Amino acid sequence: MNRLSWFNAVSLTLGFAFLYIPMVILIIFSFNESKLVTVWAGFSTKWYGELIRNQAFLDAAWVTLRVAVFSSTLATILGTMAAYVLVRGGRFLGRTLFSGMIYAPLVMPEVITGLSLLLLFIGVGLDRGVFTVVLAHTTFSMCYVSVVVSSRLITFDRSLEEAALDLGCSPAQAFRLVTLPIIAPAVISGWLLAFTLSLDDLVIASFTTGPSATTLPIKIFSAVRLGVSPEINALSTLMIALVTVGVITASLVTKRAMVRQKQEEQAAARAA
Amino acid sequence: MIQFRNVTKRFGQFTAIDDLSIDIFEREFFALLGPSGCGKTTMMRMLAGFETPTEGVILLSGQDIDPIPPNKRAVNMMFQSYALFPHLSVWENIAFGLKRAKMPKQDLKERVEEMLRLTRLEQFAHRKPHQISGGQRQRVALARSLAKAPKLLLLDEPLGALDKKLRQDTQFELMDIQEKTGTTFVIVTHDQEEAMTVASRVAVMDHGRIVQADTPAKIYETPNSVYVADFIGDVNIIEGRATPNDGETYRIDWAEGQEPLTATSAHPFEKGQACHFAIRPEKVTISSERPADAANAVQGKVHDIAYLGNLSTYHVELANGTIMKAQSANTRRISRRSYTWEDPVWLSWTATAGVLLAD
Amino acid sequence: MRRFVLIAIPYLWLLALFLVPFFIVLKISLSDAAIARPPYIPQFDWAEGIWAFVRELDFENFIFLTEDALYWKAYLSSVKIALISTALTLLVGYPIAYGMARAPEEWRPTLMMLVILPFWTSFLIRVYAWMGILSNEGYLNQFLMWTGIISEPLIILNTPAAVYIGIVYTYLPFMILPIYAALDRLDGSLIEAAEDLGCSRAQAFWLVTIPLSRPGIIAGCFLVMIPVIGEFVIPSLLGGSGTLMIGKVLWEEFFSNRDWPVASAVAVVLLLILVIPIVLFQRNQQKQAEAEQ
Repeated sequence: MNRLSWFNAVSLTLGFAFLYIPMVILIIFSFNESKLVTVWAGFSTKWYGELIRNQAFLDAAWVTLRVAVFSSTLATILGTMAAYVLVRGGRFLGRTLFSGMIYAPLVMPEVITGLSLLLLFIGVGLDRGVFTVVLAHTTFSMCYVSVVVSSRLITFDRSLEEAALDLGCSPAQAFRLVTLPIIAPAVISGWLLAFTLSLDDLVIASFTTGPSATTLPIKIFSAVRLGVSPEINALSTLMIALVTVGVITASLVTKRAMVRQKQEEQAAARAA
Repeated sequence: MIQFRNVTKRFGQFTAIDDLSIDIFEREFFALLGPSGCGKTTMMRMLAGFETPTEGVILLSGQDIDPIPPNKRAVNMMFQSYALFPHLSVWENIAFGLKRAKMPKQDLKERVEEMLRLTRLEQFAHRKPHQISGGQRQRVALARSLAKAPKLLLLDEPLGALDKKLRQDTQFELMDIQEKTGTTFVIVTHDQEEAMTVASRVAVMDHGRIVQADTPAKIYETPNSVYVADFIGDVNIIEGRATPNDGETYRIDWAEGQEPLTATSAHPFEKGQACHFAIRPEKVTISSERPADAANAVQGKVHDIAYLGNLSTYHVELANGTIMKAQSANTRRISRRSYTWEDPVWLSWTATAGVLLAD
Repeated sequence: MRRFVLIAIPYLWLLALFLVPFFIVLKISLSDAAIARPPYIPQFDWAEGIWAFVRELDFENFIFLTEDALYWKAYLSSVKIALISTALTLLVGYPIAYGMARAPEEWRPTLMMLVILPFWTSFLIRVYAWMGILSNEGYLNQFLMWTGIISEPLIILNTPAAVYIGIVYTYLPFMILPIYAALDRLDGSLIEAAEDLGCSRAQAFWLVTIPLSRPGIIAGCFLVMIPVIGEFVIPSLLGGSGTLMIGKVLWEEFFSNRDWPVASAVAVVLLLILVIPIVLFQRNQQKQAEAEQ
């Protein structure tokens, strides 16, 4: 079983080629000299220069970053609370409705979420802008956070919390001193997920934003509608590079920690 | 020190504890013994404060503990999974409860070191729980729950996760620590051997009730019911009908065409009352000739022999098909064993060797 | 008290920002369009009371949806595209997941990361990447003409084919991950047992592997199909004017025609279509969670 059969080798190669070739092409052509994106005319980084000088993109990036930081932080707090209520809250009135509202946004088409939130904001007379986008992003990404955190809480040994209570903690102290440090990795990955979701979102942001706050995906979308452009290629390359570095670092860190823990456990077992 | 007064606990339709009353005394090592689902863990969790009784009261030093939340009780618990905080070192785990009690730094340090000495963990103080072995983790859990010097320590299957050899060593260690600290220990276990070894008093539980609570020796020698006799150790049970002789001895008719048995009982039986006669295998003597002076003797043939090293258990088939077990110490080498399969043998015991139990 | 606050905060947040907006959509879908700001005449006013609302109630926006062929064609074609692309994604994704589960142990974390990596990169960028590949003078056509397989450029961009490619590409991780999770749990000795009992390789795969990975397949299919029905970005960037999808129709109704009541009615009907798969999906997940416990 430990050698790949030729069939598996072929399917993996083709599959990953399919997943990665489009991105590789995008990255290569971001260094293309020519304005005509489909014709290679020599290596150049000039589109990156253009990008940095493009004030509209910089403004949009700044708006997006602000929205992502605020909404993911808020979503992490609310989502962790929601996960805790779902897993540890016991029975309360409307629990089914609550868990339904947590899971439904995960599969809800973005056009519907966006439309309904917009109509709400107009209904209550909120001026649309960064604030409304933050509210919208918080709402849908808190559900993702709560799914990530609650799957960790389910496997969490409840007697750890009871031990903390037994040793004199108030419930709030038990959460702060025991539960939170242990589920921290899940909370952090929830935050990262919320952050990228907010960074990526086009549809909900388009509905809920106003003229003052154009996010980067909205900007990219309106540029891309007109066709492929080398500047967008450069921007995409930067974003892909950022995500790749982030994901690889995160997976290396967790892998190292896991290997170390395993080694230490084995050492302890041998010593006994 | 602890009094359960008519305590009942229900989870929905299910009754976990059924109108239970018992006293647990100071400095006692008390074991709750029973199969899983008998309610022993629920009793412990009520003492710790994680469950509240549906009916009845629990008194600790004469005070109703129901309104006191777990974090304010002078009761500590050692969890079955140990529940060591994985993000804290051994030292910090032991200090955890003391810090919550706002103990001054110097005293705290001394107390933690005292606990580390008591459990022989000094050299592991700065390791994390995953860096130590199972037996060491068990000791950290014990040290942590003893650090606050609770009036009462609850131990939920404390040795369940250890292998057999380590478990036996740790049992004696637990008894040692209990004696040194003078804390009242209440241990929950399903392992009868463990309960018998460590506890000064054992309560055998079944379906939310305590069937019998007594010293290990009394529980073993004079069980008050078939359930207890069967749950603790190995036993032969013979069904029959009792007829009072003079004094405290009874005649038991147990099978057609068989000599009746004779047994003593402190508990009175009426003439013809159905009874169970229970006798431990090691109290049954096996011999090839009928012993002249035995109060009871039955004949049979060897059906099976289980050789356990120090002991051999003989399964002897009696004339009516009943299998009876007899145990004898192997004081000689195996090659000179006197009985083998299909040998006709006599089983005998004295009138006081067994107990007579009502239905 | 503290428990109450803990429950109330996320609860109220979701009620206010998730549930209430739906009722607003429902309400507006029942009102009349107007050229104003906001561009609709509210049909429901608490002051007038429920009876006034019911008396005036009409479903003209919904009737409009049934009368104009554009809408029901868009719904139908969304569902059709979702079904076909889900099947395609399964066909592409299953062999990859299978290959991953059979790969040497030490490769698996890396393979896993390679599948997740695109998921973290911007959806929009991944769709955009295909625009350059599929266009008439795009890289694919250049490559095919260079190899001499074709002499005329293929027209792929702005056709349904491009939409299928885009969907398979972007939703592939959602299909691979649950199937991989199911296959990874599968005990290898089961297949050996099947072969020992006389199955051929192919029979063992068909009779043991496929049924045991079914929960993963079902989860993957729902995870792809449900969001694809309401997809907007892919049809609008790759599908051109020829591809009808309801997400795009809703967007245009809202942003271009500014007919909010009709857009809301479109959303309500879309939601009704999605209720069935969503409920089925939830039930599948629940069953799986129970089986694991």
